[in-house]
Amino acid sequence: MTNYVVRRLLQVVPVFFGATFLIFALVYAVPGDPIDALAGDKAVEPAVRAELRDRYNLDDPLFVRYGKYIGGLATGDFGTNFRGRPVSEIMKQRFPVTVRLALLAFAFEAVLGLAAGVLAGLRRRSFMDSLVLVSTTVVVAIPVFVLGYLAQKLLAVELGWFPVVGIREGWRSYFLPAIVLGSLSLCYVARLARASLIEAMRADYVRTARAKGLPERRVVGVHALRNSLIPVITFLGVDLGSLLSGAIVTEGIFNLPGIGQATFSAIQTQEYPTVVGIVTALVVVFILANLLVDVLYAVLDPRIRYR
Amino acid sequence: MAAMQAPPPDPAATASVGTATGAGSGRPADGPVREASLWSDAWRQLRRNPLFLGSAVLIALFTLMAIVPGLFTRADPRACDLTNSLVRPSGEHWFGFDLQGCDYYAKVVHGARVSMTIGIATVAGTALVAVVLGTLAGFYGGFIDTLIARLTDIWFALPTLLGAVVVLAVLGGKGLPQLTFVLVIFGWPTMTRLMRSAVLSVRDMEYVTAARALGAGDLRLMYRHILPNALAPVIVYGAIRVGIVIAAEATLSFLGLGLQLPAISWGLMIAGAQPRLLSAPHLLLFPGLFLSLTVLAFVLLGDALRDAFDPRLR
Repeated sequence: MTNYVVRRLLQVVPVFFGATFLIFALVYAVPGDPIDALAGDKAVEPAVRAELRDRYNLDDPLFVRYGKYIGGLATGDFGTNFRGRPVSEIMKQRFPVTVRLALLAFAFEAVLGLAAGVLAGLRRRSFMDSLVLVSTTVVVAIPVFVLGYLAQKLLAVELGWFPVVGIREGWRSYFLPAIVLGSLSLCYVARLARASLIEAMRADYVRTARAKGLPERRVVGVHALRNSLIPVITFLGVDLGSLLSGAIVTEGIFNLPGIGQATFSAIQTQEYPTVVGIVTALVVVFILANLLVDVLYAVLDPRIRYR
Repeated sequence: MAAMQAPPPDPAATASVGTATGAGSGRPADGPVREASLWSDAWRQLRRNPLFLGSAVLIALFTLMAIVPGLFTRADPRACDLTNSLVRPSGEHWFGFDLQGCDYYAKVVHGARVSMTIGIATVAGTALVAVVLGTLAGFYGGFIDTLIARLTDIWFALPTLLGAVVVLAVLGGKGLPQLTFVLVIFGWPTMTRLMRSAVLSVRDMEYVTAARALGAGDLRLMYRHILPNALAPVIVYGAIRVGIVIAAEATLSFLGLGLQLPAISWGLMIAGAQPRLLSAPHLLLFPGLFLSLTVLAFVLLGDALRDAFDPRLR
């Protein structure tokens, strides 16, 4: 087990450097001078420009700049944006909003998705099964921004069950956006859980469990479910990362001041340090989530440890 | 268009696949021979599947709409009359008018072209990259495999939507080619992994060994013996992927990062509907409906294909 974890940890290193370098290089390849963008219509004094370019290492070669950035990261320094505000401060302000949204969406998709998938999978071709299949297919087909507006108009504006926009009402303001954000993944979770449960129920070990007279509850709960959960857990782990980074549309519709909106406006105002900082943080979250999933995977399925 | 050619390959054209390494000479020249290759089995299964027929009809309809919108509407989506601004749907103008007073039905019909083009172009491009890289990785293993595996790992760690936003900013332009490019470079890793594992499962089959023993070179092995038997997962995912890509294009255009305004696209129409959600809900409803139906058709097609290709589900 230790062996497996160490090997898996080593794999993280190239992924981290590869992904962060890629995003770093890309962001700084965006055409246009950020110093000009900072000054708006006015021309920038040469001395000011030289000072700013020096402060943000803009004249260094790409690799040197990246090296300095990673060096800063190692000490927890995400740099400052072109207006002199620490990027970590921006993230501290924005991340909680998105994290709350993503966690709520995650809970929603995990609980409802698993429940729907298991109910459908246990009684194949029943009414419940068809209901789950049809409704998940329909929801998958509706793009998230269409779904978002529909939900906002029907549930928030017409029925008044939820706040329409903003985060003034605490947790209540996050419910509807979380449902919208989590709905697509919910469908995947339900279908994945259903498919893998159906497959597990046909497996030899389930027949064996039945043959030795175990009660149905144990056959399903311990023998079938535990094994069929593996792909679902993989999906959920990876999805936590995409919920965090994919909230940009949902945040826009419900006007939540999260990292999606921050990144979006930072790209448009060429605030590269902010973009790089946020995306780097997301990459780290993503890598950690994947790592956790793989370790969990090894705990659930002994075959993986010994490969 | 390519959409209709991709899913069910003509059984006659691919039927030889299953028997390629077997006795090709012993086949009777006449009389109906029931082909039993992967492809002909799948095709026989598909023809009886109502899901497949339904999605095929929908896709054919939208493809036709994309190629000859004139068949569906005679109104010009760009001939607008401001006096008609935001008029609600009526018997004469089914979908009403938009803010500029353009006939909304005509606009929605003309929007199909962008979605279908980008969906099919992107998936074709992604599949090309994935099939080449995945086959190389699966067939040769070793260094190439490790290299490609690490590359996909790195790509998976990048947030897709935010990454796409950055790449679009780098590219500068916001037209169909740029959007297609961005959607391809963020789509290839999943498909490549699928292809690689499919190739791995076929590579050590006896008929491949037999072909090698008969003197077939690497290229011939990959092209004639491995590829036809390893394509199924990529085709299934590709069909679903067309739907995902169409939704992604609409999302990017909606965010203002995709196509720009004189263009007619469902994503742009929905973005334009946003400020008038309360006074003119039809502006959201119709493009949203068409967009969802298109995505639905491809998702269903993928489901039907998977059922046909995966004998375990029969």
